[in-house]
Amino acid sequence: MVKRYSVWIAAPVLLIVLPQIFDSGFAITMMSEMCIAIIFALSYNMLLGQGGMLSFGHAVFYGFGGFISIHAINLVTDDIIVIPLELIPLVGGIAGFFFAILLGYISTKKAGTTFALISLGLVELVVACVLLFPSFFGGEEGVSGDRMLDYSITGIGFGKGVEVFYLIAFWLMVATALMYLQTQTPLGRMANAVRDNPERTPFVGYNIHLVRFFQFALSGFFAGIAGGLLAINYEIVNSEMIGALASGHVLLMTYIGGVGHFFGPILGAVLYTFLHLTLVNITMAGQLYLGVLFIIIILWAPNGMAGILMVHQPVWRAGLFKELLPTYLMALGAGLVTFFGALILVEVNYHLSLSIEPDKPMQLFGVEFLANSWPPWLFSIALMAAGYFMLRPIIRKIGLKWDELTQVMQGGK
Amino acid sequence: MEFYVISLLNSLVFGMLLFMLSSGLTLIFGMMGVLNFAHASFYMLGAYLGYQVSVFIGFWPALVIAPILVGIIGAGIERYGLRTVHKYGHVAELLFTFGLAFMIEELILLIWGRVALNYQVPASLDFTIFKLFESDFPAYRVFMLVVSVTMFVALYLMLTRTRTGIIIQAALTHAEGVGMLGHNVPRVFMIVFGGGSALAGLAGVIGGNYLVTSPSMAILLGPIVFVVIVVGGMGSLTGALIASLLIAALQTFAVGYDYSLVDLLTLFNIELGSEPLFPDLWRIKIENTGPLLPYLLMVVMLIFRPKGIMGERES
Repeated sequence: MVKRYSVWIAAPVLLIVLPQIFDSGFAITMMSEMCIAIIFALSYNMLLGQGGMLSFGHAVFYGFGGFISIHAINLVTDDIIVIPLELIPLVGGIAGFFFAILLGYISTKKAGTTFALISLGLVELVVACVLLFPSFFGGEEGVSGDRMLDYSITGIGFGKGVEVFYLIAFWLMVATALMYLQTQTPLGRMANAVRDNPERTPFVGYNIHLVRFFQFALSGFFAGIAGGLLAINYEIVNSEMIGALASGHVLLMTYIGGVGHFFGPILGAVLYTFLHLTLVNITMAGQLYLGVLFIIIILWAPNGMAGILMVHQPVWRAGLFKELLPTYLMALGAGLVTFFGALILVEVNYHLSLSIEPDKPMQLFGVEFLANSWPPWLFSIALMAAGYFMLRPIIRKIGLKWDELTQVMQGGK
Repeated sequence: MEFYVISLLNSLVFGMLLFMLSSGLTLIFGMMGVLNFAHASFYMLGAYLGYQVSVFIGFWPALVIAPILVGIIGAGIERYGLRTVHKYGHVAELLFTFGLAFMIEELILLIWGRVALNYQVPASLDFTIFKLFESDFPAYRVFMLVVSVTMFVALYLMLTRTRTGIIIQAALTHAEGVGMLGHNVPRVFMIVFGGGSALAGLAGVIGGNYLVTSPSMAILLGPIVFVVIVVGGMGSLTGALIASLLIAALQTFAVGYDYSLVDLLTLFNIELGSEPLFPDLWRIKIENTGPLLPYLLMVVMLIFRPKGIMGERES
């Protein structure tokens, strides 16, 4: 009993303590963004993981949530309506819900490829509308507002970043709990059934179109909450938030985290946001590395990082993980060598193609060299080749070790 | 009159370019059930490789070499990437091509940089071929038409008159049966994927200097190509041709009209108040709706005829 609920007790404690330890402005911004990304990714997983609907346009509901929220904030500032700031995310959620109902009925008729195509068409439709409706979307520069409203339930001013973080954390807990509970409801279960076998589900007496539609609408609701929180956090919403790129980001983070488990998107959102925000400062190739990670996950670990973790759970329980550890460390070493080689090649090329003065020496890990000279090229190619030839036997060895462990565990039972 | 004739010609040129892209995509989809998200990226790759080869040895060799290179890359990706994820189902395949599109764009940034390339129409085609109502019609557009029509005819003959074409057509609908007859279906898939990529590459070589060769060209054209195959009917070549021409005409003609809903209302002597509801909606001019129309058409199509113009099945 205690074990079952321990996560739900530990998470709020962690969320309260974290900003006290990491109290720099950058850390607070990053953690706020992570929490918003978690809600957004979990809402996305209601479609992809639970319902088997691959959407390329989920940011539409996130974006509408953001735009409606910022307009609501401005209306409160102008004393036209009265909503405390704490409830603005709910306004965003209702906006997302509304638009999901509006757009969802057509798009959820079919799943799979057709659904993906329609979602892509819809997101492009909305993006095309951004410039046509400047008084709602604010044109190129977007809509801005001031989150320090006169109305507040708690009496907090929300001037400081930490105060906003706690608001976001509160909504994160509420949204996560609701989404988790939703997976336990008949609707959540039927969404799984529709995903796995759309032919047989109607025989149980459910309308698969309606199940998808309800799931879609709820997912839009939570995406809208995330959008509302983003509007509060940055006090500006622009067309970037609603487009295909934002939809792509949420797809990447959810899939990298793992769509098969509830905690997968949480893992993915935290890691992706962390990498995204830190890599941007270090290298111009940040997007490329994230893309490579995504491709690797699709090719070799379709259940994402959560899937990798969960595969090891029985091994860990049986106390056999130490058998795997040496080969894993070897694989990690060889993988790092390969990665390091590729990294040099990528950075050298980015320096040549994107930096202002490609002929000047560049710096990598404190070493200064010329990008258009041959040693870095030769070195990186040699590293990649070496890493590749080291990795191959190690991967075979891991496979053998796994077979061995599976036999031991089955024999033990 | 002038406006109609010139717009018609321009939409024919753009429509055939769209068709060159969508024909490969719709064939790949019809056969393998894979919606290749990276198809427009192959188009972009074709434009960049075409530029690079034409810098080294000229435009005419590039017209042949670049599509072949893109085709080889495409076949390699099918063999070593797509086939690996095939066992996880169509959603995984779609995701893979999505990641691929992302990667190709980043790699192009990596090699050629962020700025648009100076990819020019070759000097031998840079002249006015005829004058139409006082305005010049560039020879290059005629050349584009010739290339795309030739390609369409060749593709049509290849699919209907050759043995390979018949096997491909059979594999479109009855992949397993074709396999039973002893044909190597995975290899047919690879050939179709490579061929479709090469067609996209060809479109890139001749479209890159007509439009712009920049890292955003795939994102700009990609979604429209998807609209084409949905509107035309997934898997149908004829449908893709009709839809390409239709959408090109929609976009080209829309630019010429600067009417808005206000004008329509004035026609019926209705005055709009000074502060109407949805102020933007009434002021939208048709000429600005060009980017929106294809998607609107797609949504309308999906509501009223989900299988598309020529489609035989609802996927």
